[in-house]
Amino acid sequence: MSLLSVRDLTVKFAMRDQTVTALNQISFDVGRGERIGIVGESGAGKSITGFSLLNLISKPGFIAGGEILFDGQDIAKMKEAELRKIRGNRMAMIFQDPMVTLNPVLTIGQQMVETLMAHRKLSRAEAEQIAVLKLREVYIPSPEERLHQYPHELSGGMRQRIIIAIALLLDPQLIIADEPTTALDVTIQADIMELLLELCQSNKVGLILITHDLGVVSQMTERTLVMYAGRIIENGPTREIINDPQHPYTQGLINALPQQTLPGHKLKQIPGNMPALTDIPPGCPFSPRCSYATDRCRSERPRISRYGTVEVACHEVERLLKDEKKEMTA
Amino acid sequence: MTDINATREPGRLGRVWNSNFVYSFRKNPVAVVSMAIFLLIAAAALLAPWLAPVDPYDPSLFDIMDSELPPVWSDSGDSRFLFGTDDQGRDLWSAILYGTRLSLIIGLCAVALQALLGISIGLIAGYVGGRTDSLLMRLADIQLSFSTLMVAIIFLAVTQAMFGSETFNQYAVFMLIAVIGVAEWPQYARTVRATVLAEKKKEYVDSARVLGFGPLRIMVRHILPNSLSPIFVISTVQVANAIISEASLSFLGLGMPPSQPSLGSLISSGFDYIFSGSWWITAIPGVVLVVLVLVINLLGDWMRDVLNPKLYKG
Repeated sequence: MSLLSVRDLTVKFAMRDQTVTALNQISFDVGRGERIGIVGESGAGKSITGFSLLNLISKPGFIAGGEILFDGQDIAKMKEAELRKIRGNRMAMIFQDPMVTLNPVLTIGQQMVETLMAHRKLSRAEAEQIAVLKLREVYIPSPEERLHQYPHELSGGMRQRIIIAIALLLDPQLIIADEPTTALDVTIQADIMELLLELCQSNKVGLILITHDLGVVSQMTERTLVMYAGRIIENGPTREIINDPQHPYTQGLINALPQQTLPGHKLKQIPGNMPALTDIPPGCPFSPRCSYATDRCRSERPRISRYGTVEVACHEVERLLKDEKKEMTA
Repeated sequence: MTDINATREPGRLGRVWNSNFVYSFRKNPVAVVSMAIFLLIAAAALLAPWLAPVDPYDPSLFDIMDSELPPVWSDSGDSRFLFGTDDQGRDLWSAILYGTRLSLIIGLCAVALQALLGISIGLIAGYVGGRTDSLLMRLADIQLSFSTLMVAIIFLAVTQAMFGSETFNQYAVFMLIAVIGVAEWPQYARTVRATVLAEKKKEYVDSARVLGFGPLRIMVRHILPNSLSPIFVISTVQVANAIISEASLSFLGLGMPPSQPSLGSLISSGFDYIFSGSWWITAIPGVVLVVLVLVINLLGDWMRDVLNPKLYKG
């Protein structure tokens, strides 16, 4: 049985005069120690997916349907007290901006000790020992002294390491990392990603990496979900998705990478913008921007179905696959 | 290695001394002088039982023959009475020391009560939001629509009438603390709620929720410490206000009885003699009251400037 199994998860937001569907029946699994990536444009629903996995969607949003089975228990139906036992303890989350994620008025040590003591019966001294151990694991130099420092005394990269250490404090089974390096310098980004990968592998922790950086996804994850307008449109092994994307949107995303363009040429961007959640077209949400779109695409919503190792939500994918085969044989 | 660090990093005291807060204090002469005067008054009030030559609460120690003696520096002054005596022959210097003590105690305790009520209500309203928030804030609006003095006068007058002035005088300190404390909580509640609303959106709160902390812990341990600067600022203003409220009520005869005078009741008791030439009974406690309130307000002003991120420049 997989560690996390999301079935038909739907999240809605109650706006003043209408309800907007932010996540539309998404389903995916994360195995024990498996690392998956969630990619997509801003507003595709990546971060909402991350928050809803911990049942932390705040008003006016709410989980409107579906199941989030974590180790067999449905998080979507859990009581607050049960949820608190899971949050931070068995499932941890890392946020985008390390400058604001740590509490500015508490020292690093206070924050780590508090987290430990909230979930485990430990003395302060024991908790401090574990904190030092974890800080050493994320390569923080002289961790004993860091415990007495405040977040503002540390650099961004250092803070993100500390946040990773806090996420790992209670040996969770799954870490949700929501664009963990977006706010950092490029040079530090690689370091942090490497560290995260190393820790996940050595501790056998599952990882859900939310990002818009396909390069990071290809290095870090085994499987990738591509999201568009609150839906999963492609789900498969990362290597397949990067090398041979099936959905026209994924193809567009990969073609838009600067590496795919010769120097001096225009980037091959996908025309148009993602539709606002308030007016998603009736058929395939990507159809207005898709060069393969037919009348069927514009009227009938494609269901996600399996083609080999990949799941794709596209009416035209079969025809595209056939064309591809013809090209190969010809 | 530790030695290098020790020389590079000053101790905790050194860090406090060099912090922005203390630095701007040291560089601000008004703040330093105000603080010095405030500490002087506070120390004198605290040490009243040792500093005062006589116990002003014990009428058996007064001699009616000494009544209305002017301060020592005027021609007919008596060297035993530094600031002269009042109509009963009570040493004014002792009475002022004890009175200041009472005024400060009532002011501080009333503000502590206000803060306790206001901060808890503000935190809950801001953090929980929705209907709870609306309900609590409307309560605050209602409370604010009555002026503090009006509420206090009605409440104190009714209790005085109900229990008789004997019992009332016995519990006057607690009554004053309660009534001033309860009347002004919305000041705190509103300020705290506003900061909580701003703080609640910050990511460290999300991250605290993600770590599995309960709402109470997030409110008290994470949001409250981040909302302290406005609380400090209003606290100083509120202490000054509470002292004035107490003095006003005592002046109106609804506060401390003349047998246990606070600054307000001293001013009040001397008021009857001001036209007969005994100006000092009213004037000297009045000056003490004005100076006390002034320095607290000046300190509050300075603190507001330091803690206001909009005015703060590197």
